[in-house]
Amino acid sequence: MSAIDDLFKRLKADGLKAFMPFVTAGDPNLAFTAKMISRLDAEGCQLAELGIPYSDPIADGPVIQASYTRALNEGTRLKDIFATVSAVTAEIRMPIVTMVSYAIIFRLGIDEYLKQAQAAGIAGAIVPDLPVDESAELAAKCKTRDFSLIQLITPTTPRKRAIEIARNTTGFIYYVSITGITGERTELPGDLVENLKWLREQTDLPICVGFGISTPEQAVVLKPVCDGMIVGSAIVRRIARATTDYTDPAKVMDDVGDFAKAMLAAING
Amino acid sequence: MPSQFLSQPSPDASLPDENGRFGEFGGRFVPETLVAALDQLEDEYRKSQDDPGFQAELDVLLRDFVGRPSPLYFARRLTEKCGGAQIWFKREDLNHTGAHKINSTLGQALLTMRMGKSRVIAETGAGQHGVATATACAHFGLPCVVYMGEEDIRRQQPNVQSMKMLGAEICPVTTGSRTLRDAVNQAMRDWMSSVKETHYILGSVVGPHPFPLIVRDFQSVIGRETIKQSEERFGRLPDAVVACVGGGSNAAGMFFPFVAETDVPLIGVEAGGENDQPGRHASSLTFGRPGVLHGSFSYVLQDEDGQTDDVHSASAGLDYPGVGPEHSHWKTTGRVEYRSCRDDEALAAFDSVARLEGILPALESSHAIAKAMEVAGERRNDEIVVVCLSGRGDKDASEIQRLKEGGK
Repeated sequence: MSAIDDLFKRLKADGLKAFMPFVTAGDPNLAFTAKMISRLDAEGCQLAELGIPYSDPIADGPVIQASYTRALNEGTRLKDIFATVSAVTAEIRMPIVTMVSYAIIFRLGIDEYLKQAQAAGIAGAIVPDLPVDESAELAAKCKTRDFSLIQLITPTTPRKRAIEIARNTTGFIYYVSITGITGERTELPGDLVENLKWLREQTDLPICVGFGISTPEQAVVLKPVCDGMIVGSAIVRRIARATTDYTDPAKVMDDVGDFAKAMLAAING
Repeated sequence: MPSQFLSQPSPDASLPDENGRFGEFGGRFVPETLVAALDQLEDEYRKSQDDPGFQAELDVLLRDFVGRPSPLYFARRLTEKCGGAQIWFKREDLNHTGAHKINSTLGQALLTMRMGKSRVIAETGAGQHGVATATACAHFGLPCVVYMGEEDIRRQQPNVQSMKMLGAEICPVTTGSRTLRDAVNQAMRDWMSSVKETHYILGSVVGPHPFPLIVRDFQSVIGRETIKQSEERFGRLPDAVVACVGGGSNAAGMFFPFVAETDVPLIGVEAGGENDQPGRHASSLTFGRPGVLHGSFSYVLQDEDGQTDDVHSASAGLDYPGVGPEHSHWKTTGRVEYRSCRDDEALAAFDSVARLEGILPALESSHAIAKAMEVAGERRNDEIVVVCLSGRGDKDASEIQRLKEGGK
């Protein structure tokens, strides 16, 4: 049983849901990322999603794109990310999964990527540009290593295909709330709750919702129909202020920490 | 009566396979959000291929609107300069809008309407694909948004003006290197949100399946006409065929009908830029490695972490760090030889063709011509080298002037 399976089992037993913040590795630098992850763990976040910066992210909106650019301009390399994560995971409770382009996994080699990621204490991967049809090799190798391969289901996914994706997923299902790229939305689609209810009946896997979620109010609406929520741009936007508005990174961490508290209160309060 | 211009069964028509693979290359490395739209596109494309009405409509457009067939022209004075084989130009520059791109945009615009979609987006580098897409959209009354890098907007102004006059909206792309690769990213992101009512008219044989298949098939009219014209003019096929390769659409269209004619050497020409150093060229097949970019598994210029390299070419249309997956397959099987041509060689070829033939070739096509001149020089004077003159160079006039004056 992977760390993620274990986590959702415990949450279920306690009647709790997961709040999963997303941060970009290396934005504005890896030392900050390490501290930010520790802070989010200390606030009680159940899981963290670490974005591996990529030069050509197709599924990401301007906020996360800009964070990837900042991280890459900072000279963030994959080996340094793994080294940083390795030091952090030893001291935190929440599991970490990476959001990582298949371009990066393929370049390093699937085996090598999984080996290094696991050695760093990473529990799973979300690969946004690897649809289920192309994922057989990676999925098989993840399975032997008990490394979760979290696959995505979207509003454009036909229902039959959604079931097929669920069958090939481990850890949890990432349900993309909107048809679009990452970024905060003031309104979520009207049929989102219905779609999640339908998906709930098709699978026993935990279902986490992401893309577009940015407020405690949205979390209150979604918590009855999912097992967790992922928030990216709303956090990355706050972290971006470390390079613009603030000279003291501690202020940014407090700001993000307060936001995480509010989200956690809405989700599990 | 069989279609004059559209896909005929070809011996290599079995590729791509059902997974969109040309050998190991191709596939679909895209967000799940886009998969249903790619399935829909493939489905509609297959249906259109079995629909004589679709073929007839496109045939008429290619003849009366585009001006096909494009001539096969003997470049007599260029041949004399090179002192070897005869050099013949396949004159895609004489198509309406001045390049081969219109062959695919008309077909894809028809598919857009068949799918019941009401909006079109496109990326463009040199602006030729943007103009061809804006033209097709004006012709059919479809709203059109074109993504174009800021650097390309600067160096291809005439095409930017044309697109606007044709009613297209130009979205400048200010991220990354502000060139073709970033324009593709931004078009893909638009499509992520608009996929239900929008078709993305991709300009090259790149991207996720079925784009490499569809664009190649629509562009194959180039190679089919060349075969027919060669048989009529020479009573045989050419001794070599040359085309430039950025993403690789004119080359794929020229080469595909020749692939089964294994006696005919095929030569693809990539942008060699300034030199062989990473970042100073755009020769993915020559210097790259197989990897994933823009939805497809193919040769790509990347660093050790899988981050896409910056690339350079004087030609906006070749300034791209990837290449179509079928070209990667042809490189692997050895069916096509790929060479690299530097900026200065292309500029010299441009000058030669302008002065000796009275033709201004596009900077992209000038790369192919430069290598065709080399190939011709190595061959006997009873041999025939055909080069795809994929577009006209009017768009490049001010950029060429700038480069000649030292490039600042």
